[in-house]
Amino acid sequence: MLILVVLIVGSLYALPNLYPTQPSIQVAYTDSGRSADQSLLNDLENILEESKTDYEDIFLRENKIVIKFNDVDTQLSSKTVLQNALLDKVIIALFLEPATPQWLKDLGANPVKLGLDLSGGVHFLLEVDIETAQQGRLELLLETYRKTFKEERIKFDESSIKDLKLHFKFSDNQSYNKGLKKFRDDSPVINGVQYIITERPSSDVLMLEYSDIALREIRDYAVGQNLITLRNRVNELGVSEPIVQRQGGNRIVVQLPGVQDPTAAKKIIGKTANLEFRMEANSRTSPLRKEEFNFKENEFQTAFLERSVIVAGDRVTNANTGFDESGFAQVNITLDMEGGRAMQKATSGNIGRRLGVLFVEQKTKSELVTNEIGESVIEQTSYIEKNIISLATVQAVLGTSFRITGVGSPAEASELALLLRAGALAAPMKFVEERTVGPSLGKENIELGMKSIVIGFALVVLFMIFYYRVFGIAANISLILNLVLITGIMSLLGASLTLPGMAGIVLTVGMAVDANVLIFSRIREELKEKDPQSAIRDGFSRAFVTIFDANVTTLITALILYIIGTGPVKGFAITLSIGIVTSMFTAIMCTRAMVNLVYGNKNIQELKI
Amino acid sequence: MDIRFKFMKFRKIAGLISITLFLISCVSLGLRGLSLGLDFSGGTLIEVSYESPVSLESIRNELDNNGYPDSQVVNFGTNLDVLIKVADQSGNSSVGESIFNILSDQEIPIELKRVEFVGPQVGDELRDQGGLGMIVALFMILMYVAFRFQYKFALGAVTALAHDVVIILGIFSLFSWDFDLTVLAALLAVIGYSLNDTIVVSDRIRENFRTERVLEPMDMIDLSLNQMLGRTLVTSFTTLLVLFALFIFGGELIRGFSLALIIGVVIGTYSSIYVVANMLMSLTLTQDDLAIPEPEGADFDGMP
Repeated sequence: MLILVVLIVGSLYALPNLYPTQPSIQVAYTDSGRSADQSLLNDLENILEESKTDYEDIFLRENKIVIKFNDVDTQLSSKTVLQNALLDKVIIALFLEPATPQWLKDLGANPVKLGLDLSGGVHFLLEVDIETAQQGRLELLLETYRKTFKEERIKFDESSIKDLKLHFKFSDNQSYNKGLKKFRDDSPVINGVQYIITERPSSDVLMLEYSDIALREIRDYAVGQNLITLRNRVNELGVSEPIVQRQGGNRIVVQLPGVQDPTAAKKIIGKTANLEFRMEANSRTSPLRKEEFNFKENEFQTAFLERSVIVAGDRVTNANTGFDESGFAQVNITLDMEGGRAMQKATSGNIGRRLGVLFVEQKTKSELVTNEIGESVIEQTSYIEKNIISLATVQAVLGTSFRITGVGSPAEASELALLLRAGALAAPMKFVEERTVGPSLGKENIELGMKSIVIGFALVVLFMIFYYRVFGIAANISLILNLVLITGIMSLLGASLTLPGMAGIVLTVGMAVDANVLIFSRIREELKEKDPQSAIRDGFSRAFVTIFDANVTTLITALILYIIGTGPVKGFAITLSIGIVTSMFTAIMCTRAMVNLVYGNKNIQELKI
Repeated sequence: MDIRFKFMKFRKIAGLISITLFLISCVSLGLRGLSLGLDFSGGTLIEVSYESPVSLESIRNELDNNGYPDSQVVNFGTNLDVLIKVADQSGNSSVGESIFNILSDQEIPIELKRVEFVGPQVGDELRDQGGLGMIVALFMILMYVAFRFQYKFALGAVTALAHDVVIILGIFSLFSWDFDLTVLAALLAVIGYSLNDTIVVSDRIRENFRTERVLEPMDMIDLSLNQMLGRTLVTSFTTLLVLFALFIFGGELIRGFSLALIIGVVIGTYSSIYVVANMLMSLTLTQDDLAIPEPEGADFDGMP
């Protein structure tokens, strides 16, 4: 029974891989806040009908519109047609829509995902520079303590940052003790301490550095913020299934299947969004010193801001949402010390005026132009777009931390905080690994992988029949079931198949025979002393222990491989582990079931093996 | 008793061969080191495909003139595919791009097949992780075998594995074959495979020591090896079949991988016969070592 259930479920999930894929395109609004709707769908339909394009299906799915085509040529030509008609309004991505029937999709059965080495595309590994983020925080901290010590008359002669540590040299022993107390009082947080304090009482020097807890918090914040920024940017690229994920402590993996131009992708990923804080222009501002900007939320609303920038995004160290005394949503902003100083200077004479925040983006604009030979082509130019995301009245002199109130609902507040954080990259990033696989190589790899699987499989099947006859056929059926199960489990887990992963499947085919061979040779031996029925029974049960021991150890190595491997090699570890488990299952359970079916309950005198 | 082939008669010679191979490998690893692939060395690799054959010399000259004097240029698979490696350690991620641009400017049209850039730091990390992974794998296996069998078997198994790994590394070092992440994966798979073999043989030795109390240890091991010979050969044969399919048809990208596995399967089969048994002989495995029969792993009873 169990065998049947496992086999049926396995086959069910392996099934989607048999259906062909269909060239499709996916259309979404460029503005990530806007979901595709019926009106966009109608627009697209009209455009396609006007150009007399044949499409098979068009429908709305998760804020995107999917259009299916019968062949790749129509897919490509339609993309051009649609892009020419709608230009920058939409992002269009090419992809292959699996023709999985609805009842399978409802069960969550989808075809196996292909790794980048098979689908083609780019893989980036970016590293977030935590030290810069840490340095920024320390500068802020230094400034805060200088101020506090002055206010509380704690005298110090020197203060500086050296090797990511704050150094304070106090004037006398009394100040030293007061300073130490201050540090100690500030240090505790919910889950431990924030600072590690080094005491040098003989020279009245105190050194302060971030504890591991605080460092982890700084790191998580910086990486989290960069992740948000990257996700927004990747959305602009129009890739159907991008991956943006944190990897380890301070790294971010970006995978863009199907992207063929790594240079363009890098430009967009590596570009810097930014923020500018500027005062709103008033009646006294000369026309030469002011500029008009649109609001990001509302295209028709504009405001004049002064030309001079008080503080830019690189000075923003944190932005998050909170609630004010009367329970309204607000956004808390923290600047670094230089930013705080500039903000203080700018706001001190200007209470009552409004402070604007500009969101600065580098964008590309597409235009239809006619080239020398009379074709109309899309030309892309990059430009900078600045939109107002907040315009709020200054209530008091602002410093390093202030808040924006009256921002509307909590959702709107967190949207604003997100924009602020996205604009201010917490810490710079750099590319530490890049792998691009061209589409032709991807296809080639699939072909090579499939060819090796088929040939390897055929050779083993032939050999088994030749060597073991009836038992060989049973083993071969197990082998086929094994392949079906591996495919099914891969689909079920959503694991990506890579070229080494395919190699792993081939290897499993070769090694899976082992379990069967062990059982058969054991039965052969038992046959010398026992009658066929008990030989079969004992053969299976005695071989089991051996098979189990031998496979557990291989599983250990596969697990380690999974932990240390990256990308393609992880794929190998996955198929190898799945293959080991399924081959044990098929060899022990399925082969036995088949052997029982053939020889069970019969009084056999002779066994050919 | 059915001892068709007296394996242990040759155990001294086999031991000598093993030690010699092991030493040669160590010397080669010490003197020549491994020719590390991009994953571990860091740098940039770019593969392009030309429409018509092109002389590698001209590509080299072109790169020389454009500021990449130390680049390696080789054919990859066919004479239309060219692989260029630049061991730039500065962590500059745009080398691939500029090389592609240089080559695109030449007469023959090219197509980009892949670009890989690995920063020096990532390379170092992968190297450390790989080495660590290998050691952890060996240690965990030692623990498992010691737990399931007995420490003498565990020592035998791990010696056999170290023997296999070092010799494969030695061969890669001797022939200056590229050692990259896929070869490391193959190496770990070999550990798994060779161990599989070793355990099957050990399992039989253990069983025979318990049931056939009349024989000398040497005969006992010979008997066990003979009993398992058929199985060992069949499994190695089918595995080699698929590996050769992979080696011949799997393409250039996993050639190193399949090569390492082929060597590994051959050496692994040999070592599970000679190295393990040799170790057991040298450690003088006696019946007392296995006197108290531990309960066999859960009796198999999974039939519906």
